[in-house]
Amino acid sequence: MNELAKHVMEDIAPDFSRNVKKGDIIVAGRNFGCGSSREQAPRALKAAGVSAVIAKSYARIFYRSSFNIGLPLLECDTDWINAGDELTLDLDKGEVVDQRTGKTVKSAPIPKTMQTLLADGGLIPHLKKHGGFALE
Amino acid sequence: MGKTIAEKVLSSHSGSDCVAGDIVMASVDFAMSQDGTSTMMIRELQELGFEGPKTKRGMAIVIDHNSPCPSVDVAKIHKTIRDYARAKSIPIHDVGEGVCHQVVPESGKALPGDLVVGADSHTCTYGALNACSTGLGSADVAAAAFTGKLWFKVPETFLINVEGGFVRRVGAKDLALRVIGSLTADGATYKSIEFSGEAINSMAMDGRFTVANISVEMGAKFCPFAFDKTTADWLTSRGISTGISVSSDFDCKYEKDFDFDAPDLVPIVSKPHAVDNVSDATDLRDVQIHQAFLGTCTNGRLSDLHAAAEILKGKHVKKGIRFIVAPASRTIYLEAMEKGIVSELLKAGASFVAPGCGPCVGTHAGIPSDGDNVISTANRNFKGRMGNNKDVGIYLASPETVAASALTGNITDPREV
Repeated sequence: MNELAKHVMEDIAPDFSRNVKKGDIIVAGRNFGCGSSREQAPRALKAAGVSAVIAKSYARIFYRSSFNIGLPLLECDTDWINAGDELTLDLDKGEVVDQRTGKTVKSAPIPKTMQTLLADGGLIPHLKKHGGFALE
Repeated sequence: MGKTIAEKVLSSHSGSDCVAGDIVMASVDFAMSQDGTSTMMIRELQELGFEGPKTKRGMAIVIDHNSPCPSVDVAKIHKTIRDYARAKSIPIHDVGEGVCHQVVPESGKALPGDLVVGADSHTCTYGALNACSTGLGSADVAAAAFTGKLWFKVPETFLINVEGGFVRRVGAKDLALRVIGSLTADGATYKSIEFSGEAINSMAMDGRFTVANISVEMGAKFCPFAFDKTTADWLTSRGISTGISVSSDFDCKYEKDFDFDAPDLVPIVSKPHAVDNVSDATDLRDVQIHQAFLGTCTNGRLSDLHAAAEILKGKHVKKGIRFIVAPASRTIYLEAMEKGIVSELLKAGASFVAPGCGPCVGTHAGIPSDGDNVISTANRNFKGRMGNNKDVGIYLASPETVAASALTGNITDPREV
């Protein structure tokens, strides 16, 4: 996974893996995660230090897999955010605050199922903790 | 109010009366993974203390993406997979059997009315058999195998109606690329897609597999075709059960519907580097190609090989063009041999590789050189997909268009040869 982390985003941003720091947030446009079913995708992002992704929309398989491995995703318009901005995310409320402008934007609420998985640290920890599914 | 196929399958599998938008816990009939996704799934199963699948029809692992094994590193991965499968009595479809999305239907594990999950994006392929089948990440598939269940949000359904008949040398792949071009890569995200109409009713099973397979490239979750005589014949002629077929009610609610006319369809090509970046083949005649690839879970079936052979019979691909052919399964390979298709393609300059994914996913069997253009019957053309991202352009098309282009050396409308 550490090897994969060195290659994250390299086709679109060759310097990404060198510049990304632990806790950084990826801000993206439409259909983020388009492509493979591979769980390696969100895992590599997490291994590279990414703490969350905010995008206008997500590809379906990537969306589920991210929450499954404990990488939170928020969905909202992202045109108002600039690279380098400091953001505060409230995952429970579904809110993104940009420190540079002071602006707050609401994101689509994270479905309850995903919230439970995140709280338990991901799908596999959830199943281990409860001996099976415990989603209401 | 009536129900769509997705609502019916998720209702019956969750013991609830659910509609689009509901979240349900459903029992999964079958789970699969391939050699690119199994390692992660196995790690997760080990963490869970997995002893055997709780899914109704068990599970299977297919070694197809790197098949036969191209390197020492992958050989280690294959060994891990084989050892684990043996220890837990999980059926393995090993090197040479074929691509997962052909081998699984042939093995009778995906049936009409089923709910199937797979650790591969193109698991939606089994929708051709009237199943609700979808690709998911390794953890989700591990969870389904371990508990026999998985949570699903019931998707909305789009209806895509296609009337009339296809003209000569235009078919299912062209329809699919036209639809994806119109709806775009995220136009059907999270939807179940039901196809209907004359052109669909008269479509052979190979074509239905093509359409269902590539539906994920517009974001679809399920792509369940209706169950009819074509479905029944395909199954019974292979000694497979016809399961419990499902049809949508006449008064069910479709979120959107779309209409296409088959006679108006022309050969379509997806240009680099997105599946929805489509163009008529006739507009791309200036594009020189260096490699042609016929195969994959999208178009590696008997009628695909036959369609290409019909164009190339007695002729030869243009000098300098590499023409790789990967039959989707050993069964298909044998049938093609018996029908003389293999020798026709070989004489035309084809290089056959083992039934499997071949060069589609860039691990081996035909990695393009810098600056190459490849015309391929696969379902993805993202930058670097075939193993080299330096100035490589991958163009997706039907078997007919791939064959015609291999013949001339440029992208060619197959109606012109």
